[in-house]
Amino acid sequence: MTTLQMTAPASKTFSGHTFSVDSVRQDFPILATMARGRPLVYLDNAATTLKPKSVVDAVEKHLLLGASNVHRGVHYLSEKATAEFEASREAVRAFLNAKEKAEIIFTAGTTASINLVANSYGSMLKPGDEIVISAMEHHSNIVPWQMLCERQGLVLRVAPINDRGELLMDEFEKLIGSRTRLVAVVAVSNALGTVNPIKDIIDLAHSRDVPVLLDAAQAVAHMPIDVQALGVDFVAFSSHKLFGPTGLGVLYGRRELLDRMPPFLGGGDMIKSVTFAKTLYADLPAKFEAGTPHIAGVIGLGAAIKYVQTVGLQQIAAAEAELLEYGTKRLKEIEGLKLIGEAQHKTSILGFVLDDVHPHDIGTILDQEGIAIRAGHHCTQPLMDRFKVPATARASLAFYNTKHEIDALVAAIIKVQRLFA
Amino acid sequence: MTSQTDLYQQVILEHNKKPRNFGKPAHHTHAAEGFNPLCGDHLWVYLTIDSGADGSEIINEAAFEGSGCAICKASASMMTMALKGQTTTAAKTLFTEFQSLLKGELNPESQPHQLGKLKIFSGIWQYPARVKCAALAWHALNGALNNQKTVSTE
Repeated sequence: MTTLQMTAPASKTFSGHTFSVDSVRQDFPILATMARGRPLVYLDNAATTLKPKSVVDAVEKHLLLGASNVHRGVHYLSEKATAEFEASREAVRAFLNAKEKAEIIFTAGTTASINLVANSYGSMLKPGDEIVISAMEHHSNIVPWQMLCERQGLVLRVAPINDRGELLMDEFEKLIGSRTRLVAVVAVSNALGTVNPIKDIIDLAHSRDVPVLLDAAQAVAHMPIDVQALGVDFVAFSSHKLFGPTGLGVLYGRRELLDRMPPFLGGGDMIKSVTFAKTLYADLPAKFEAGTPHIAGVIGLGAAIKYVQTVGLQQIAAAEAELLEYGTKRLKEIEGLKLIGEAQHKTSILGFVLDDVHPHDIGTILDQEGIAIRAGHHCTQPLMDRFKVPATARASLAFYNTKHEIDALVAAIIKVQRLFA
Repeated sequence: MTSQTDLYQQVILEHNKKPRNFGKPAHHTHAAEGFNPLCGDHLWVYLTIDSGADGSEIINEAAFEGSGCAICKASASMMTMALKGQTTTAAKTLFTEFQSLLKGELNPESQPHQLGKLKIFSGIWQYPARVKCAALAWHALNGALNNQKTVSTE
C-alpha cells in the first residue's frame, strides 16, 4: 500500500480556473478590518454575504455619475441607466438560465418575492385548496402562506424532517393530494445547511400537476440553479445573499403562470394606459414591478453576478465544501458541542449548541474575539421547536473564509466553555 | 469595553451557575411572567409583600425560576437579592435606576444611585442586542408590582 503525501497548495485548480483564497480576500476590503479590536473573522454569511469592491464601485458609479430614473426618460442619463438596469436583468436571466428576460421580476427581497406569489397566484385559489411547505422553512416561506390561508380559507400542510435535518420524502409525497395547489420549499435551509432534493421534489409535484416555488435565498451563492433544467415554476432570492446590495430581490416565474396571474402592487410602471374607467396592465415583467425600482441595487446585483461568474460557482462550491468538511471535523472534536443539522447533503452552514451555555452568550463572547456568528432562532422558530432548542449558534462560511478562521472559531468556543465551566 | 471580563465578570458567571432564590416558593403574594419570544428567555418572578408598621409595603421574599442566557439569569438572581427587605417604593426606584444603567444614561461611578452590586451591568449598553436579556427579570418585577401577569422586553 502506498501512502500519498499531500501538501497544502496555496491555490487549487478546478476545471482550468485558478482559485486562490488570498486573492479573493483582496476583493473584500472589509476582511482586512478589525472588530472589537481584533481582526474580523466573518462567519455570518448566511445572514448576509460581504460585498466585493466591484459591486460597491458599480453602485457608486451609478449614484455619482449616472443617477436617473429608468424606463421613462427621454434623455441620455435615463437611457443609459435603463440600458444598465436591463443588462442586469439579462445577467440574472443567464445566471438562472431562464428562457426569457421577461420572466425575471425585481422585488424588494426574497420575502417580497414570496409575498408576491402568495398574493397574486394565491388570489386565484379557492377555500379548501392546500399549500405544502416543509418543517425547515424560514418564516418568510411560512407566514405569507399562513396569511393566505387565513384570508381565503386554504390549508397549510407541513412536510416533516428527520433528526439530521433531512426532508422525509415519503411523508412529503403523501401530503401532495388532489387539493394541493402549490409546493413552496426551501432549496437550502438557512439554519441547518441542508440541501433539499429539489429536482425530486419538483418532479414529484409536477407528476401531480402541482407547481413549485423554490426559496433559493440561501442557495444561489453556493450552487447553480438552472430553472429550465429543474423545470421549476417560481424561484425567489435576495441580492444581498449573493454579494449584492440589500433591499433587492428576484422572482423568477414561468411565463405561462405569470401571464395568468393578476398584478400584486398597482401604480406607476406597471400599466399600459390608465383612465378612471379602466386600466390596462403592462406586459411582463413590468406588470409586477410597480413604482420606481431599486435601480442602484439592480446595477449592483449585475456586478455581483459578474463577480460570482468570474470566480466561478464551481470553484466557490468546491472551496466551501472543503471548509465545511474541515469545520465539521473540528467542531465535532469539541466535547459538549452538538451540531444541529447533519444532513448528508449540506452547504457550509454549521449550526450548533453547547451544553449549559445559551447561544446568545456564545455569540457575545465570540463577538468580543472579533468573530461574527449568528445566535438566535434564525427566523425558523418551528425548526428550533423541532430540535427542542430555544436557539442555536451558527457559523456560516463563504469561499473567502479560511481554515485559519475556523481554527479561531474553535479556539473561541473552547474559551467560552472554560469561562462557563 | 473590549475585554470579555467586563461583560462576563466572575460575579455574573457565578450567579448564572448558581442562581440565588431560584425556584417557585410555596407562598407568594405577587407574581409575573417575563418572556422574550425572540431569544427564548423565559422566567417568572415571585414576591411576598407584607405591610410594614408605618403602612409601607415591604418585599420580604423575592424569587424567580425559568431559563435563559447567563446575562438574563444572573440579572434575575442579583435582582432577587437586592429586593429582599426593600419597600415597594425603593424597588420601583431600583427598577428606574437599573433601566437608566442599561441604557447607558446612568454612570454609576459619577452619579448617585442605590444599585450597589447591580452596577456590574453597566457597559451592557454597548451590546444593544443583550440589553433586553438583563432587563427581562426587572420588567417581570415591574409587572408583578403593577398586577400585570405577563411582560416582554421585545
